Amino acid sequence: MLYTPAPLHIPDGFLSILVSVVCWAITIIVIGFAISKTNKALGEKQIPLMGVMAAFIFAAQMINFPVAGGTSGHLLGGALAAIVLGPWAGMLVMTAVIAVQALLFQDGGLLVMGANILNMGLVTAAIGYGLYRSVAGQSKTVKLTVVGIAAWLSVMAGALLTSLQLWLSGTSQLEIVIPAMLGVHALIGLGEALITVFALAFIIQTRPDLIGEGSESAKASRNWVFAGGIVSLLVVLLSPLASADPDGLERVAKDLGFLSVGQDAPYQVIPDYTVPFLGETALSTILAGVVGILVVGVIIVLIARGMKAKS
Amino acid sequence: MPVTHLKNTFVMPECDGDILYVNELHFAYPDGHAALNGVSLKLCEGDKVALVGPNGAGKSTLMLHLNGILRGRGDVEIAGMRLTRDNLPVVRSMVGLVFQSPDDQLFSPTVFEDVAFGPLHMGLPEDEVRARVDAALEAVRMSGYRDRLSHHLSVGEKKRIAIATVLSMQPSLLVLDEPSAGLDPRARRTLINLLRELPITMLVSTHDMAMVKELFPRTVVMDEGRVVADGLTYEILEDESLLTAHGLEKP
Amino acid sequence: MHFDAFDRYHEKESFLHRLDPRVKVLVTVIFIVSNALLPDGAWIAFLFAWLFVLAANLFSQLGIGYSLKRSIIALPFALIAITVLFSMPGKPLSTFHFLMWNLTITDAGLLRFVSILIRAWLSVQMAILLVAVTRFPDLIHALEHLRVPAILTTIIAFLYRYLFVLTDEVFRLLRARESRSAAVPGSRSGGGVLWRAKVAGNMAGQLFLRSYERSDRIYNAMIARGYAGHLYTLNPHEMKSGDYFTTAFAVAVIFILQILGRL
Repeated sequence: MLYTPAPLHIPDGFLSILVSVVCWAITIIVIGFAISKTNKALGEKQIPLMGVMAAFIFAAQMINFPVAGGTSGHLLGGALAAIVLGPWAGMLVMTAVIAVQALLFQDGGLLVMGANILNMGLVTAAIGYGLYRSVAGQSKTVKLTVVGIAAWLSVMAGALLTSLQLWLSGTSQLEIVIPAMLGVHALIGLGEALITVFALAFIIQTRPDLIGEGSESAKASRNWVFAGGIVSLLVVLLSPLASADPDGLERVAKDLGFLSVGQDAPYQVIPDYTVPFLGETALSTILAGVVGILVVGVIIVLIARGMKAKS
Repeated sequence: MPVTHLKNTFVMPECDGDILYVNELHFAYPDGHAALNGVSLKLCEGDKVALVGPNGAGKSTLMLHLNGILRGRGDVEIAGMRLTRDNLPVVRSMVGLVFQSPDDQLFSPTVFEDVAFGPLHMGLPEDEVRARVDAALEAVRMSGYRDRLSHHLSVGEKKRIAIATVLSMQPSLLVLDEPSAGLDPRARRTLINLLRELPITMLVSTHDMAMVKELFPRTVVMDEGRVVADGLTYEILEDESLLTAHGLEKP
Repeated sequence: MHFDAFDRYHEKESFLHRLDPRVKVLVTVIFIVSNALLPDGAWIAFLFAWLFVLAANLFSQLGIGYSLKRSIIALPFALIAITVLFSMPGKPLSTFHFLMWNLTITDAGLLRFVSILIRAWLSVQMAILLVAVTRFPDLIHALEHLRVPAILTTIIAFLYRYLFVLTDEVFRLLRARESRSAAVPGSRSGGGVLWRAKVAGNMAGQLFLRSYERSDRIYNAMIARGYAGHLYTLNPHEMKSGDYFTTAFAVAVIFILQILGRL
């Protein structure tokens, strides 16, 4: 198979109009910032550079390595793009990649593209660059370790956001979608982390001049470290919280107007829907999620095999 | 192989460099590598000159100086105009530089957009741009390819479109870097015929000595950042010690 | 690699092919928004929306089942919605035992699940048709006209142009890796996962450097032709009366769909 769709690309139909529009609004604001920043900061040389780098990310997503049992590790590239190009340019490059994947390959929808860009292009770049900048001036080992963690977290953040959007749209049940998405992406993130680290190590070794400390000023850089740190912290805190206390999140969502009053208890857990001997505890939900991941994983592998056999 | 210029029928014309005048050009890359060590060269209206020499001789570096992409120490004059920061746009429209890899030269999605790029950035009006695109494609015999996508073209077609992308700027001097590299025999033949027919002054860097013999009355040999020979092609091709000394072969 | 694998455009002389790309983009987006706005279980409206898709297929001369055949790509994602089957409160339809759970499908859950799938399936078909009848460069022009910032459309244009060149490079790299992944009989080829990841990472790094150097050469080719920081484009599209009429007609049909969905 030549083009493998990535699991984070949400197709049209799965997000409600309200969630889609809110995500578009956030995305447009951030991209607007990115455009004004790149227009100001970058020379004329950056236009072809960003264009070719977008093609690079697209092509690099096809590089895979076999992990085990027919699965393989891939690159999504949000963190890598932000580290080598700077955060704003990295975001624009990822936006172009996601747009072309949606327009040309229908990998990801059009109305939900705002959400896809937010999940895979903007948040990943913020985490990747923010954490990378937090260890500026440290040794290469420290940098690469942090880059690995950042790459992994960036994928987890994308998965978490995707889950939340699906839940807010009434498409998935929070208790299932979060553990399932995070579980699958904990593995995908590992592939992302490994390729990002080894790619960056290769670049630092052969062309250290290309990976400077970035053109950002000290203040801007502090802001990025702050932003990246906050988003990372949110991911680390919110993931277990969301699986353990979905009711709390639901209250917040209702207060914000996402879940309508008519859907009073849209996702009430059916009593049977837990692991019997553990009762209705967080542990039981997580266990259920793990089983869910396994089932989903097996089905995805079977589908992928089937499609491969056909083409 | 047809012999296009017999011994003693062609005499080097007197030339004071009315199209291109390069004098004592020196250039070193930021890493300290000296690529040009005093290059001098003159080209006149109608000249078709081959630029040969081993890899690393400085041919490509010299070409990048001809429209000011690189700026070295020494003089570069195009049609009597000394190259300065202010006249760069004018000079760039007068010197049509075609790079070796057509995939780098053709950077737009469609053939039309690529051939129109030069004229558009010269600030020409829309009708003029369209007329020039059509004329340039006609000149390289690719009129039917106007709306094609660049990535659908064969290497030979890409090379010809690449030449059209600078012909549309109606340059006074065409500078080509390895135009016949990577072409199969048929595409190479088409390209050679095209270069022979184009009524324009040209400086062509190449390793294709058979093409040099067939197409260019005059040859400039470069090595280690200098011009080591400049004269009639048949004389240079007869000088076996010169050829061996600079890693060239008689075709 | 053959470019056909990436080109979704099909050369035909049809009504939809000739339509202004802006119209096609707009109608596609409006159609997808309309699908998202249709309430769950609006079966009549869904049916007419599907007829709209079929009509578009017909007008594209690609065959009435063209988009249907390619629409399965959104299917794997349906798994993510499967939990609504069991979680919506409603009349239980059927209960079955799965591993350690008793799962009860409710009528409300089924209604929602099917509605989500239909919305996704209709929307993806329209998007498939859009690229099948519009050349990608024209799509980029349409985006320019629809006020997408120039810097983004430029990056997208470069991405489209070099997508083919760079994926070719990736396939060469992958082939080189494969041809060297030999194994002595009796022993496993290659090292552990880490080693394999390192090979893949080095390939990505290699590709990055080549791309970086390529962008340098492209920049030179651009300034050699007069680029000085601002990109100019010629836009060959002009809205004709037929384009306006088609837009109005399509929007009216979609509006009627919305009314049908709310009756």
